[in-house]
Amino acid sequence: MIPLSIEFLVASAVGLLTAAGIYLILRRRTFPVILGLSLLTYGVNIFLFATGRLMVNAPPILNKYADVAYTDPLPQALVLTAIVISFGMTAVVVMIALAAYLSARDDLIDMPHHPEDEGEDA
Amino acid sequence: MNHFLIAPVVLPALVGPFIIMVVRHHLDLMRIFSLASTVLLVAISLVLAAQASSGEIQVYELGNWSAPFGIVLVLDRLSAMMVLLTSVLALVVNLYVIGSGWDKRGANFHALFQFQLMGIIGAFLTGDAFNLFVFFEVLLIASYGLMIHSGGTRRFQAGVQYVVYNLLGSTLFLFALGTLYAVTGTLNMADLAVRVAEIPAQDSALLRVGAVMLLLVFAIKAAVIPLHFWLPASYANAPLPIAALFAIMTKVGAYAILRMYTLVFGPDLALTEGLAGAWLMPAALITLMIGAIGVLGSYRMGRLVAFGAITSMGTLLTSIALFTPEGVTAALYYTVHSTLAAAFLFLVADLVTERQGIEITAQPVMPQSGLIAVLFFTGAIALAGMPPISGFLGKLLVLDAAREHDLVWWIWGTILIGSLVTILGMARAGSLLFWKSHSITETEVDPAEDHDSDAHDETAPTEHAAALPFVACFALLTGLVALTIFAGPASHYAEATAAQLFAPEAYIRAVLGEVTP
Repeated sequence: MIPLSIEFLVASAVGLLTAAGIYLILRRRTFPVILGLSLLTYGVNIFLFATGRLMVNAPPILNKYADVAYTDPLPQALVLTAIVISFGMTAVVVMIALAAYLSARDDLIDMPHHPEDEGEDA
Repeated sequence: MNHFLIAPVVLPALVGPFIIMVVRHHLDLMRIFSLASTVLLVAISLVLAAQASSGEIQVYELGNWSAPFGIVLVLDRLSAMMVLLTSVLALVVNLYVIGSGWDKRGANFHALFQFQLMGIIGAFLTGDAFNLFVFFEVLLIASYGLMIHSGGTRRFQAGVQYVVYNLLGSTLFLFALGTLYAVTGTLNMADLAVRVAEIPAQDSALLRVGAVMLLLVFAIKAAVIPLHFWLPASYANAPLPIAALFAIMTKVGAYAILRMYTLVFGPDLALTEGLAGAWLMPAALITLMIGAIGVLGSYRMGRLVAFGAITSMGTLLTSIALFTPEGVTAALYYTVHSTLAAAFLFLVADLVTERQGIEITAQPVMPQSGLIAVLFFTGAIALAGMPPISGFLGKLLVLDAAREHDLVWWIWGTILIGSLVTILGMARAGSLLFWKSHSITETEVDPAEDHDSDAHDETAPTEHAAALPFVACFALLTGLVALTIFAGPASHYAEATAAQLFAPEAYIRAVLGEVTP
């Protein structure tokens, strides 16, 4: 019987996303590699979110009038930063990959050996 | 609070957008503003270095939020030295780029250049681990743009690899930071140092995982074997003057290793004792050797110098991996030397490739062949660490510092054999380029310019006589010579810096105030 706690859900989500991401970044073509990078960043975002411990129904602010539970706001700020950065980075890599695809006419991730590149060490 | 401390970050952050938004259609204005900004940066970092050389550690609290809660910038001897090195290098590269017309071959060079400087300088100044991540991203996203500057198929393909590799590094960085935060509840470096020291040994498994992941991230930046694969292809395919600026980027990785593993996971910390050194030392030695072999086997100018840069990173990290004050002193001296030497050689490589293409083959004599040959051999001597240029002093310091280490014979053997192989590789390339060319007649010309997939290359050959590129090269050469002549004061400064790094109490007190234990 699997314990269906929120910890289990989050942990398995991080694990699945990371595993799928690593599988995809090992592919030969740029498109799956970029998808893999996106999955990895989703995984790391959830992971970061969980580093402040998982709390349900708790606000991320201290309440000085009542002694109520609160959750750590810092990881949420970190995740926001990470989301913005990874979003921008994904856009950049898509554009560069598109440029490479349009000028080379293929989207292999490794650099093909052109005839004039004989002797190029790998 | 000294607001001057944030000036080297704010200045390029303001000039960059200004160049994009106001003067982007005027090449001359872009050049003027970019150059003025870099000159000002040199002035600012000179003042900061003078302030830091007294040994006082200055702290700048952003938004006046006090230390463990807000982000802090910290100026100590190490950061001041690195900021000064960055701005001097930036000025020289900027002069070269303007002189050689590289900035005309694509859009927005100068704006990206400013953002790049902002990221690098911020990474050197910040005292917050997450902020270090943010500045890494700033410098990376600018470097993506600079790397593919002026385009071309191979450059785009190398660019994709470079971006993907670094995005993976960033993801790993976030995992490492998350782990550290989960264990310690803080990301301020000084606060981390305090908290980490208090963690009991039986609860430290997660912390040690975080520490090793962080080391891996910085090793990617510093191009340590087996995480160096991004470097040769991206540096060799980037515009070579840009690669000269990137010579400081691998040093950002080395700086981060030095900072985190003296301050937070210091050599005296029982939990992670010997952890960084034990892994880093063999990796650094192999890096050195692979770099030297790569120099010997390179068929292209860019790759030749890129592998030369890997060799110097190997030497540098060997010295850091000793984690002794002597080792760090040697590493700091060698950092300055190898940054200048690698940048110098990248610029000379660009002088060569602009004249006869990227292959190292014998071709008819190029214009100014004699002068470039002298520059190339001086640079090769410097990078390989032969007398009389500062490299051999740096290597001597490294060898001397390794005397007490268990692996002393391995270290000495690798460094000395590595130098020999490097000088062989450089000599092979140099004699092919500059001496063999005299025995070739004009009829054997093959259209080497085609290798450069640059669309704008037709304009380049007319500007060969420009003097500014040579001014930039000689400026770097002067720096190297000065580093040799003033080796005494330079190594005294490095010694004082190392002493400051190995007494992190002062840093922690400066950031967190007197109240902490």
